[in-house]
Amino acid sequence: MELILSLAIGILSASGIWLLLRPRSFQVIIGLCLLSYAVNLFIFSMGRLTLGAPAIMPKGGFVDPSRYADPLPQALVLTAIVIGFATTALFLVVMIAARGFTGTDHVDGKEGGPQ
Amino acid sequence: MNQHLLIAPILIPFVAGAVMLLSDDRRRVARFWLSLASVLALLGIAVRLLVQAKGDVPGSEAVYRLGDWAAPMAITLVLDHLSAMMLLLTAVLALASLIYAKASWDRQGQHFFPLFQFLLMGLNGAFLTGDLFNLFVFFEVMLAASYGLLLHGSGRGRVRSGLHYIAINLAASLLFLLGVSLIYGVTGTLNMAHLASIIADVAPTDRPLLHLGLSLLGVAFLIKAGCWPLSFWLPPAYTAAAAPVGAIFAIMTKVGVYVILRLSMLFFGATAGASAGFGGTVLIGLGLATTAFAILGVLGSQGMGRIAAHSMILSSGTVLAVVGFAVTGGHGWMLAGALYYLVASTLATAILFMLVEPASRDDGGSAAILALTAEIYGADAVRNLDETPDRLVIPAGLAVLGCCFGLGVLALAGLPPLPGFVGKMVMIQGALADASLSPALTWSFIGLLLASGLATLIALSRIGIQTFWASEGDAPPVMALEIAPVILLIAMLGALSLHSEAVLRYTDRTAERLLDAPRYGPRPLPAATEVTP
Repeated sequence: MELILSLAIGILSASGIWLLLRPRSFQVIIGLCLLSYAVNLFIFSMGRLTLGAPAIMPKGGFVDPSRYADPLPQALVLTAIVIGFATTALFLVVMIAARGFTGTDHVDGKEGGPQ
Repeated sequence: MNQHLLIAPILIPFVAGAVMLLSDDRRRVARFWLSLASVLALLGIAVRLLVQAKGDVPGSEAVYRLGDWAAPMAITLVLDHLSAMMLLLTAVLALASLIYAKASWDRQGQHFFPLFQFLLMGLNGAFLTGDLFNLFVFFEVMLAASYGLLLHGSGRGRVRSGLHYIAINLAASLLFLLGVSLIYGVTGTLNMAHLASIIADVAPTDRPLLHLGLSLLGVAFLIKAGCWPLSFWLPPAYTAAAAPVGAIFAIMTKVGVYVILRLSMLFFGATAGASAGFGGTVLIGLGLATTAFAILGVLGSQGMGRIAAHSMILSSGTVLAVVGFAVTGGHGWMLAGALYYLVASTLATAILFMLVEPASRDDGGSAAILALTAEIYGADAVRNLDETPDRLVIPAGLAVLGCCFGLGVLALAGLPPLPGFVGKMVMIQGALADASLSPALTWSFIGLLLASGLATLIALSRIGIQTFWASEGDAPPVMALEIAPVILLIAMLGALSLHSEAVLRYTDRTAERLLDAPRYGPRPLPAATEVTP
């Protein structure tokens, strides 16, 4: 499982970085999305990988924390997803505005350089 | 009551902004007065908190636990000398740019005042929080508001540089998240005070991972601080922003500097065991490189806006270098000077940003801008323009502008009697007094500091002569509402240099507290030992 997860994170971030450096604004936003997926998976994995373990402990008495997943990264990743979603939506609006103003989807607002 | 004062700087702008969103955007007068009330309240609270931090009574650490959970579990807000100082600086800048915005800028687009309040909420939160993830949240609040403010007024230039600004900041936020989660993975805590207390005990095998996480965090903040080579987004974005937005953005780069200072002092201070001094030389190098880059930028810029943006990078670079010196075991006095300089240069760059537009306005002043706005927003804006005959145009506008500009230049270049000079002198004094620094670094720092003053002076006198002495045709009208905040900020600079002894005593205490990392935050940490993984 560790290998699959790290491969997934690695491939997602590699593709994300490559797309982020491309000149088209559509590629940039897809790159940012892929990168944020990679980061979210990464945060999630920082609570250690557990299978079938609940994150919420029952009330009262002694509970064995090793039988539960770490709830904090799950809370963090939820916050990160929400914030990332909102800022990406905002970025999309600005991108469309830029397309309207400049008539091109190049990130610099004008064509030029390798496509 | 008193203990809840600590959360007021976050709650007041939040409530004010939320209330404003409920009303129609065209009720700008009501929104302005609400914003003014909120900012004045923030100013009052910031002064009160500063006095509280200055009092420094032992046993009354200003720690606010949200939800009243026990210390390492709860998200904490921490007030110390540094955060109180930054809160006050934010409130002063906010007051000035809010009044400035009233002149005409708020009518250029939608929702200026609510966005402004949310920006203040994010800024105050970032200065107060004692938790790394909470810092991320406040940063995002601040950035989301800043995206809206940067695009305020719309137009091709703003949208294009806004696109770059948002893309860079989104990427930086991802780095921030990576760093935070790595730190959590290694240490199991995100509370800054708790982290500072356990950093010496991290297993040697885990330490490289921890350093990697902290470095990722550092890169994210260096981007925000405008550190070379991560600063190329800054001049276009800040030049394109509307003038009052540029003025309040003067504090935004300083948030990056603030976090770098705060975290390096906490995690890499003398008590950090094997981590002590980590990244110090890198910070010195980057700070000096940023200063050199900004000197070239200031000299090479043609417009006043670009010069102002580069002087912002300049002040970030100078303070970052001093932070580096402090991390490697430098003198507290140098850091005190740098903090003093930080306040002075932030105020001075804000003045410059406010003067850019009135000085370069040619025909018909802001009426031309409003006419352009009318095209975008329909006839509504034109009607609004007719409805506001209250705009007071001051006599001899150009002369007053020129005087303010001259004073701003003196403060930025570091010439007496304005506080830029005092800050630089104290930094040089501190650098010379410290025998532990390598002489090559010390002298290159002093050389760059002096060269930066000279470069600022040359570039700004050149542009000042062009604008104020060699201008042809009729002098542009200058509105009283635009010049009043500039005069307010200059008065603040004057007060800063008149009372420089008291201010320096305060910044010296700040530096002392910063160098003494274990004194930060909730102390003693209850349950700290049980939760260590």
